[in-house]
Amino acid sequence: MTLNVEDLYVSAKNGKDILNGVSFTLPDGGVHVIMGPNGSGKSTLALTLAGSPDFVVKSGKVEFDGVDLLSLGPDQRAKKGLFLAFQKQVEIPGVPLKDMIWEAYRVRWSGSGRPSIIDFRKNLSATASTLSFPETFLERGVNEGFSGGEGKKSEVLQMLMLKPKLAILDEVDSGLDVDSLRVVADAIKRFVEDGHSALIITHHFDLLNYIEPDVVYVMKGGKIVDEGDITLARIIEREGYSRWGGEQAGRDD
Amino acid sequence: MKEKDILDGEASRLEGMTELKHLNEEVVTSLSREKGEPDWMLKKRLYSLSVFESKPIPTWGVDLSGLKLDDLAYYVKPDVEKVDSLSDLPADLKKTFDALGIPEAERNFLAGNGIMYQSEVIYERMKDRLAKQGVIFMSMDEAVKKHPDLVQKYFMTRCVPPTYHKFAALNGAIWSGGTFLYVPKGVKVSMPVQVYYLVDHPSMGQFEHTVIVAEDDASVEYIEGCSAPMYVKGGLHAGIMEIFVGKRARVRVTTIQNWSKNIYNLVTKRAIVEEEGKMEWVEASLGSKVTMLYPASVLAGRGARAEHFYVSMAGDGQVLDTGAKIVHAAPDTSAYVLSRSISKGSGRAIYRGQVRVNPGATGCSSSVKCDSLLISDESSTATFPTEEVYEPDADVSHEATAGRIAEEQLFYLMSRGFSEEEARGLIVRGFMEPVTKKIPLEYAVEFNKIVEAEVKNGVA
Ligand SMILES: Nc1ncnc2c1ncn2[C@@H]1O[C@H](COP(=O)(O)OP(=O)(O)OP(=O)(O)O)[C@@H](O)[C@H]1O
Ligand SMILES: [Mg+2]
Repeated sequence: MTLNVEDLYVSAKNGKDILNGVSFTLPDGGVHVIMGPNGSGKSTLALTLAGSPDFVVKSGKVEFDGVDLLSLGPDQRAKKGLFLAFQKQVEIPGVPLKDMIWEAYRVRWSGSGRPSIIDFRKNLSATASTLSFPETFLERGVNEGFSGGEGKKSEVLQMLMLKPKLAILDEVDSGLDVDSLRVVADAIKRFVEDGHSALIITHHFDLLNYIEPDVVYVMKGGKIVDEGDITLARIIEREGYSRWGGEQAGRDD
Repeated sequence: MKEKDILDGEASRLEGMTELKHLNEEVVTSLSREKGEPDWMLKKRLYSLSVFESKPIPTWGVDLSGLKLDDLAYYVKPDVEKVDSLSDLPADLKKTFDALGIPEAERNFLAGNGIMYQSEVIYERMKDRLAKQGVIFMSMDEAVKKHPDLVQKYFMTRCVPPTYHKFAALNGAIWSGGTFLYVPKGVKVSMPVQVYYLVDHPSMGQFEHTVIVAEDDASVEYIEGCSAPMYVKGGLHAGIMEIFVGKRARVRVTTIQNWSKNIYNLVTKRAIVEEEGKMEWVEASLGSKVTMLYPASVLAGRGARAEHFYVSMAGDGQVLDTGAKIVHAAPDTSAYVLSRSISKGSGRAIYRGQVRVNPGATGCSSSVKCDSLLISDESSTATFPTEEVYEPDADVSHEATAGRIAEEQLFYLMSRGFSEEEARGLIVRGFMEPVTKKIPLEYAVEFNKIVEAEVKNGVA
């Protein structure tokens, strides 16, 4: 898997420009991190890559494993192996989480060699338990009435079960208690060690204690304004984003 | 013998069936004679006929102008004799019921099983154990002869009298088939009893009449399924169900209605619930051109309860008008109504309900919730709740919502790999879940499939 984002300009449906020329390349098995102040466009980037109808790509190119990602619908992108853990979970009332995950698995991995529903359920329970995600939550509607932390775990659980090539994790570490952060970080670490790629959006250094990123990007005003290794994250942790210019640099409003 | 499944067949097996085409005293009398009924039943039929003739077709609410009563066959005697075993049915019928999973259901989870084809019950069977406990499960026609006193006590007396409305009167005049289910005091029937209704005629009326009696402390669950093949051009289903729930007794009725989309389904269902008894209605409506379905629970004894769960899917050209009628006739009675409807294309699912708290019925509560999901821009819905409350301490609430599938839900599921159609299907399934979870799993799965297929086709 490689992801190649080239000079991406994106605006909201209401016309507001959000991304102003984003470029980066994520190699196979790579772990990249994006940090940046609130409102800098991180989620917009994540959602645009996943194919959200809320945003309009003005210009730029995105190649995912050699295909033009932007020409595909969200479902096709998922089938190619892209996954987004949403910053804000969406509820699908009345559809048990375990059913949704199984059916998503089925549409993604058709054909022979697929585990039976029984084996899949066993694996789902086991995986949920590694996340300290209570079994009873699997029976609940997708994200229905989940707390902030539970919602994050639901996203990570889906990622682990669906085995995408690339997972974009939009603040999966926000709102997790100390113990939860550890189990979620461990899970992502194993996911990465298994050869999957990750694009991690985070505000906190803690997660990066577990997962060594290859590159850390700084996003500001809808642009990547810096990149470096983990020391960049340490600097941000200590100093914030002031060194990259005044408030809201590059914003048009 | 044709071996095709009747439900996907083009032609019916009508040769050899006798039909009654017109409705008058002579026809009604000859039907009653033919069936060998006691005199009181004939009198009841003739009285009902006079009521039917005196009442106009209702003009409120739903448009019934397309209903051509003159073209109907009011009674169709099937060309099959009653059989003792499903395997003795003619091949095409057998194939149809196999496809519907009926033999399997009988083996796996039914205490009793019956089939009504055209105007007659052609099969019924009950576990021996229940017969020993005094449970009666037989066609209404047979019950009139075998248990006349019992039937006379309950048949169109205080539950659904002939004067209830025009189509109830019509049923009283020309009824045929249906079930008599009697559960004696204290007997709890743990597995459901089911009857399947099949119409296989271009334009007939099916007028089955069912009476369910659960004596004090008894309990029973009754399931009915209905279908008709697509070639049916029109027709009317005007069944009646009268239910008597004794003290502390419990009755649950589940109907899965999948008539072909040109049948007028105007049914009458009413339960009288005594002290601490509980009546549960589960209504899953898919088919018919027009449905008017307002199951009524008369909470007649202190502490009686009713729960009404409805799910309906109105596709193109369908009007599904459903609702609950709750009468709080005694103190401390309570009712809970949940309706989830889906309207697609020009389809219209409507909730029309009534809650009445009688003078003297203190300490009552009624909660009615109706939620509608609109699948396409042109589809529409409406709710018409009526409340009549004569006791100030009554806790009566009505909540209604109407909405469309949210973009963000679609996107979320699509980001998991579901196509837009699959995503819609899942969301709709989830929407119906609070009601479909009340349906036996075997049928709920099938029901979901049909609705999901309906929602998927032609949304774009
Ligand atoms: N649908 C939308 N319509 C209009 N403006 C939007 C829309 N979505 C996002 N925005 C705006 O775009 C900017 C970037 O939002 P985005 O959610 O991408 O930020 P973020 O970097 O993820 O922030 P945070 O760290 O708070 O999650 C914000 O100013 C936001 O208000
Ligand atoms: Mg964000």
